Amino acid sequence: MNVPSTNPKISLTDVKKAFGRKVVLDGVNLDVAPGESVVVIGGSGTGKSVMLKSILGILRPDSGSIKVDGEEVTRMGASDRERINNKFGMLFQGAALFDSLPVWENVAFGILAEKRVDRIEAKEIAIQKLSQVGLVADVADLFPAELSGGMQKRVGLARAICADPEIIFFDEPTTGLDPIMADVINDLIVKVTREVGATALSITHDMASARKIANRVAMLYHGKIIWAGPVEDIDHSDNEYVDQFIHGRAEGPIKMAVRA
Amino acid sequence: MAGFIRAGRINKMNPLAGLQKIGSVFIAFLETAGKLTTFMVSGITHAVRPPFYPRIIARQMMDIGYYSLPVVGLTAVFAGMVLALQSYTGFARFSAEGAIANVVVLSITRELGPVLAGLMVAGRIGASLAAEIGTMRVTEQIDALTTLSTNPMKYLVAPRLIAGIAMFPLLVLVADIIGVFGGYLVAVYKLGFNPSNYLQNTWNFLTFEDVASGLVKAAAFGFIVSLMGCYHGYNSRGGAQGVGTATTNAVVSACILILSFDYILTEMFFAK
Repeated sequence: MNVPSTNPKISLTDVKKAFGRKVVLDGVNLDVAPGESVVVIGGSGTGKSVMLKSILGILRPDSGSIKVDGEEVTRMGASDRERINNKFGMLFQGAALFDSLPVWENVAFGILAEKRVDRIEAKEIAIQKLSQVGLVADVADLFPAELSGGMQKRVGLARAICADPEIIFFDEPTTGLDPIMADVINDLIVKVTREVGATALSITHDMASARKIANRVAMLYHGKIIWAGPVEDIDHSDNEYVDQFIHGRAEGPIKMAVRA
Repeated sequence: MAGFIRAGRINKMNPLAGLQKIGSVFIAFLETAGKLTTFMVSGITHAVRPPFYPRIIARQMMDIGYYSLPVVGLTAVFAGMVLALQSYTGFARFSAEGAIANVVVLSITRELGPVLAGLMVAGRIGASLAAEIGTMRVTEQIDALTTLSTNPMKYLVAPRLIAGIAMFPLLVLVADIIGVFGGYLVAVYKLGFNPSNYLQNTWNFLTFEDVASGLVKAAAFGFIVSLMGCYHGYNSRGGAQGVGTATTNAVVSACILILSFDYILTEMFFAK
């Protein structure tokens, strides 16, 4: 099949997912073009993580279609799924480093799992990736528990880019960091995504982060994308939901559900 | 108080509420049984198909086998000692003291070795497996494995199942020897038996089937302990409390399953 280059890298069409009676995704439509960085914003519990996990294949949507490079991934078998996941890198919210392994093995985990390299070579690559996120080689032999939150995020980032992924996902990359460290991580995200030449899809509720790393912003509310547009347009979106969210106002059309 | 009133009203409106409760518990049980079976089959198929993770299997074997030796050894030595003392109390009443060696070795190899070692290691290993895998679940490390081209069933569950099945029989073999030795200590130093007679009796009555049936049980118990630890850890939800619940469930369910499968396996061997 000949796929023109203008085709979206990731394409979600009418994706629905419910847990029991609770509808989380209610028909999500979103396209991410190759090389662009899309940030999905939205409050807690609006389904951002569920959307991300559906693309990664950790969750299976109830209906709708998710395409990666034009390939339908929602009903894929395990081996095809693995091939698709090889295109992905992901930075988890809490970094999700393997605490039984030293930092370098964490970073090189993916390339070791794919048996692309031996352990000596893998360590060299890991150290090089660590320097890309501003960490010195000494860190490589430490264990994740010995690192600060910001350093763990950096290691998580190094791990996400280690296998030179085509698509990188960022799950709340700045949550739990102080504002300065958050900005450092934002800069790193912009830098490494450009260096790797990857497409990026992030979810966050941190507007400063969204403004910094996004080419395009989409807002998820009640399981639907209610607004999407270039990051420059976000301040005059003519959408009262978006306005309320980006200014962080308690009053407005969005009513916070106090009880789940 | 409010809850009381509300509950009362529901009962008045729906006299079948009790039945409904029984039904929903039953459905939940079937659902769990189904989930567990799927998990088990997936774990086994991953355990027999490459790629294997020898480093992780070796580490788990150390954890489950070597580091459980003190616990299992102490349990076995005291079990053997008590057994000798108790059976003396009983057998002395009809002058059958000579059968003590026989009773000790049969009870240890066929029953107490595997069951006591199984229960002790269920506490030790079942809990630590559930806590470790449960923490990995709630900190998204299991999701992270998926994104790094690694199947968590293959990487986390399969090595632990292999280690459990392989190490339990070895542990029980050690427990058998130490248990018989415990009985010997009491019989010789407390009850005044002739050491060589006692050992002679022990050897004469012991058959290969006695030891083998115990070791088969041990392998089954090892599988149960690893499976319960992995299953409950893998499916834990909701932070520290969820991991705590998973740990408790892993140990309790492993112990209950060990005791029930002990009966089932004993009956299978008994029929022969």
